[in-house]
Amino acid sequence: MEQKNNPLLVYTLLYFAFLYIPVLFLPIFSFNDANYMSFPLSGFTTEHYEEMWSKRNLHNALWASIKVGVVASVVSTTIALFAAKAFARYKFRGQNISYGAIMMPFLIPEIILAVSILIIWLSLGFKLGLVPVTIGHILFCTPFAMLILIARIEGFDFSLEEASRDLGENAWGTFYRVSLPLYLPGIIASLLLSFIISFDEFVLAFFLTGSDATLPMYMWAQMRFIQKLPHVLALGAVIIVFTTFIVLLAFWLRNLGQGKEKTEFGINIHE
Amino acid sequence: MNDSFIQIKQISKHFGNVKAVDDVSFQIKEGEFFSLLGPSGCGKTTLLRLLAGFEYPTSGNLLLDGIDITALPPDKRPTNMVFQNYAIFPHINVEKNVQFGLRKLGLTNEEIYKRVKDVLTLVKLEGYEERFSSQLSGGQRQRVALARALVRQPKVLLLDEPLGALDKKLRDEMQLELRTLQKEIGITFVFVTHDQQEAISMSDRVAVMSEGKIQQMSSPNELYKNPQNIFVSDFIGETNFLQASTKSKEGEFINVVIEELGEFKIQNNLNISENSSEVTCSIRPETMMIDTVKSDWDICLEGEIKQTSYLGEMTKFYVKTKEIEKIITVSSQYFDNQSFRDNKCFISINLNDISLLYKK
Repeated sequence: MEQKNNPLLVYTLLYFAFLYIPVLFLPIFSFNDANYMSFPLSGFTTEHYEEMWSKRNLHNALWASIKVGVVASVVSTTIALFAAKAFARYKFRGQNISYGAIMMPFLIPEIILAVSILIIWLSLGFKLGLVPVTIGHILFCTPFAMLILIARIEGFDFSLEEASRDLGENAWGTFYRVSLPLYLPGIIASLLLSFIISFDEFVLAFFLTGSDATLPMYMWAQMRFIQKLPHVLALGAVIIVFTTFIVLLAFWLRNLGQGKEKTEFGINIHE
Repeated sequence: MNDSFIQIKQISKHFGNVKAVDDVSFQIKEGEFFSLLGPSGCGKTTLLRLLAGFEYPTSGNLLLDGIDITALPPDKRPTNMVFQNYAIFPHINVEKNVQFGLRKLGLTNEEIYKRVKDVLTLVKLEGYEERFSSQLSGGQRQRVALARALVRQPKVLLLDEPLGALDKKLRDEMQLELRTLQKEIGITFVFVTHDQQEAISMSDRVAVMSEGKIQQMSSPNELYKNPQNIFVSDFIGETNFLQASTKSKEGEFINVVIEELGEFKIQNNLNISENSSEVTCSIRPETMMIDTVKSDWDICLEGEIKQTSYLGEMTKFYVKTKEIEKIITVSSQYFDNQSFRDNKCFISINLNDISLLYKK
């Protein structure tokens, strides 16, 4: 039995190697005591990380990315929550079309989205900066948030909401006391993933930032000078670890409480 | 007691072209155990949901205790519901589930504590306060759902097939318990079920529904003894139908020609008109007698047993006679395989047990 699966195992290993080996070079070279990315390694150092922390522009870029990421993830998750609820709960005319419309930014090439926003934004007489970037990220993150939340809300027992109405709660009370706690793992997963997508996003930021660089923009700018490469590697390594952690957390949360035996899970927000 | 506690006035509910409830009017008495009985898709659940406020009628009015509740949302109605799947909130424990509906009633903490404690005692769930829904059996979940609804002291308790998911033994127990509970607390129960035995054993009155309309509304006994039409007669227990047409009336009696058996004078309980062919005769299996020898009953037919099924407390026989293709009868008397030689038997019927009813 085991023997039969060998070709598949080889394929799987090759696939993962292809995916992750290039990514692993970043952390390896970030600890290498040299300015160039080449073998053999010349020695272990943490000085690139120290250098990274000393960059003021990096701090500004990090702060800009966090601001954009938090606003974009909160707004897109909120929009997606209402939309996902409507799609999962009701059947209505134009359902497929509106679903498609929300999912569209998923499929439109990002550069086209970026250019469109740029043209409209400038023709309205506004200045470039973090605001149009945030707007672009909201558009871009909403489909991801939708996918996560629809998966969570589909199969939700809507008689729970009816029971709440029956027991004297109005629509808002029902949302707050019943729906929200039960959707919460999905909502948090959606917030985390949207944040990461916004945090990593480059094309929209490139077209729309103006002078306030986000983190990817900062990295891109640094890459042009060879002597600045090492601390960008260090930064890249940190981002990889952080992103992996967030994504794993998001997937863990998304699946939480989905299984039947785990239905007692939920976060009681009244405690 | 108020005889028109709940007034359902010309209620219709359409979903697109489907008339789920079709111009229905009736009244439910205060303190009554009232059942809506019918096959799936007959409109009984829609009617219950209209009472709860989860649906709004296409036309018509609903009055509860003299107040028009037609347009009130569920949270403003003095009704509470026990859901078919119980709908216990999975993220809070039993105690919090039961407390859920008390928040807006303006009670003090002591009052809330007392009400929850009392209702949990009432449904025999003391000691389960800390449990979650996933840690309860079907029967216990059902009790939580009941407690959660009753703790609000509603004027009417609505029950949507609450026993459907339980196994037979537990269901029988819960039937008795529900009935006792209802008598004890005196709240009006409106109970939806597709199980005729359940409806008959628990209710003060039953409304049989089909295709969005009430077919018959009466006491369980009346429903069984004097079904109005084929649908009701067939739905409430098993019966034998025979083609018939009426002739002349004679007081409380009427002359009937039963196609297979000839002309008889039988009781006319439904006061059916003369010379009508829109009628049929029904004979309940348990009113007939099956035996190895002839009897002196009004009608005695010689037949052949085609099939038997042993049900424990009784045996069911499928019999073919010269006149009638298939008769179903039951006997609690024990017959073994040897009793009927060559499957030959005699079926006896009393005229009193033949009921005349409308086809529609």
